[in-house]
Amino acid sequence: MKRSGAAFWIGAAVFLGAAFVMTKVVGNQYPFFAGYVILQFVALAVAWSILGGYAGYVNFGTSAFFGVGVYSSVFLVKAFGAPLPLQILIAAAIGAFMGFALGLLTLRMQGIFFSIATIALTIIIETTIMNWRYVGGAAGIQIARPEVTPPFDNYVQMLFFVQALLVVVAVAASRYIQNSWIGRGLQALRDDELAAECTGVPTLRLKLLACVISGALLCAVGAPSAMYLQFANPESAFNLNYSVSTLAMSLIGGTAHWSGPIIGAIVLSTTQQLLTVTISSEVNVLVLGVMLVLFVVGAPEGIIGLIRRLRSYRKEGGS
Amino acid sequence: MASEAPAPLLRIVSLTKRFGGFTAVDNISIDIRPGERFGLIGPNGSGKTTLINCISGAFRTEPGTVLFRDEDITTLQPHVRTRRGIARSFQIPRPFRSMTVAENLMVALDFAAHEHVSVAERHDTMMSILTQMGLASKANASTIQLSQVELRKMELARAMATQPKLLISDEAMAGLSSSEIDEVLDLLMSLAGRDITIIMIEHIMQAVMRFSDRVMCLDAGKIIALGTPLEVMADRRVQEAYLGT
Repeated sequence: MKRSGAAFWIGAAVFLGAAFVMTKVVGNQYPFFAGYVILQFVALAVAWSILGGYAGYVNFGTSAFFGVGVYSSVFLVKAFGAPLPLQILIAAAIGAFMGFALGLLTLRMQGIFFSIATIALTIIIETTIMNWRYVGGAAGIQIARPEVTPPFDNYVQMLFFVQALLVVVAVAASRYIQNSWIGRGLQALRDDELAAECTGVPTLRLKLLACVISGALLCAVGAPSAMYLQFANPESAFNLNYSVSTLAMSLIGGTAHWSGPIIGAIVLSTTQQLLTVTISSEVNVLVLGVMLVLFVVGAPEGIIGLIRRLRSYRKEGGS
Repeated sequence: MASEAPAPLLRIVSLTKRFGGFTAVDNISIDIRPGERFGLIGPNGSGKTTLINCISGAFRTEPGTVLFRDEDITTLQPHVRTRRGIARSFQIPRPFRSMTVAENLMVALDFAAHEHVSVAERHDTMMSILTQMGLASKANASTIQLSQVELRKMELARAMATQPKLLISDEAMAGLSSSEIDEVLDLLMSLAGRDITIIMIEHIMQAVMRFSDRVMCLDAGKIIALGTPLEVMADRRVQEAYLGT
C-alpha cells in the first residue's frame, strides 16, 4: 500500500512537471487548446465515477454541475472580478452544496429514477440561468480575461496547467476513496443496498458523501471553462453532451478501478479531438455512440475489465 | 449462567405491518430471551420474513415497538441496528457479488465492528470466522464461484463478522441436501454455544425440532402457537395451517 502510494504521488508530480515544462517549451497554442479539453474530460470522468462508478448511481447531471461551475465563475468575475483560484474554490463549494441537496432529494430513489431526477436537475438549472439577465440570459455573455499570472506567459497555457492540477486533485480523491473504507462501503451498496445496510453500512450517508465529493469536483472542473472560452451561454454550458461523454468515458474505461475513467477519457477525448480536426465535430458524437454500444455489448467492464480478464486468462494458461 | 428470569434480549410489543390493505404481521408481541435458540415457523406468506424485516429494520413498523437490550430501536435504521448487535442472513443469498468472500466479511468488520481495531486484527478475526464456518479455503474466491451451501455459509459468516448478539437466520437451509442441512445446522448450534441468541426461520421440521428451545408458529400474520417444539408440533391449529383442514 505505502509503496504504491509513493509511486502515485511521484507519478502525479512528474505529470504536473511535464505539463509545466510543456507550457515553457511548446510555442504552438493548439496543443494547449486541445489538451485543456482532454484534461477537462479526464477530470470530469474521474469525478463522475465516484458516484456513478463506485456507488453505481448513474448521474446524468454532469452538465448541470459543469454549467453551474461555468456560471458561478461568470457571476464572480462580473460581480467581484474574482481571481481564478477563488472562482474554482467557490465553484467547488457550490458544487458540494448542490450535490448534497440533490442527494438528499433523490438518493432514496434507486436506479433509473435517480438518473431521471438528475436530467431534470439539468433542465431546471439551465432554464433558471437562461432567465437570469445579470449573467447574460439566453444570449450568453462575453468575458474578458485578466492579465496572465507569472510564471505563465499565456492565459490558455495557464488554464491548461490549472486543469492538470484539477486532474491530480480529482484522481487523488478518487483513489483515496477507492482504497478506504468509503470505497468498500460504496462497492457493497452498489452490489446490494439492503445487504449493505444489514452489514452495518450507512448507505444513505455514504451515497451523500459520494454525491458531495463528485459534485464539488464536477463544478470545480467547469469553473475555468468561462475563461477558456471567454464566453458563456446556457446552451453550451449545460450541453447534455458533457453528461453523455463523461458517462461514456467512465464506462468505456471501466469503473472498477480509479484509473479506468482516466484511460477512457484519454482514449475517447483524444479520438474526438482528432476527428474534430480531421473530419468534423459532428462525426465525433457518432463515434462516441458507436464505441459506447461496442463496449456495452463486448466489454461491459470497460478497458480495465478487459485488461483484468486478459491477465487472469494468461495466468491460467501459464500455470 | 442465567439466574432466575433474565431480561429479554429482544422484546416485540404489539407489532403490526401493513402493505396497503393487507396485514402481513398482525399485532404480535413476543420476548426472546438471551441465549435462546428460537425457531420461527409458518406456512408460506404467514409473515415470518416480514417480521424479521421489521426486527432488522428493512421495514418500518406502523404501530408497535421493538426493544433490543432495553433500548427502543423501532425508528433506527438497519445499519444502526446491525451495530447494536442484530445480524441477519437472507432467504435468497445476497452476497456482494463484485467482491471475494474475504472482502464480503471485511465490509462487516469495517462498518459494524464495535471497537476500532487494527487492519491486521480485523484480518485475523475474518480468517477465524471463515475457518469456523469451513470457508477458509474459499477466502479469496469470488462469491460467484461459490456453491449454494457455501453461499449460505458465507452469509452466516458475514453476519457473524458484525459480531452480533442476535443472529436471524432466514431459511439458511432451503434447497440444500440433507447432509448439507446437517452441516449448516451444526454451524448454527456451535454459534448458539457461543452466547449468541439465534432466531431461525425454517421449513425443514427436523431441523427446527432439533435446533429450537422454543418454537413460534405464525399463520396469516398472527401467532397461532408458541412453546416447546413438541408442544407446537402437537398443536391442532399448526397442523391445520400446514396441512389444510
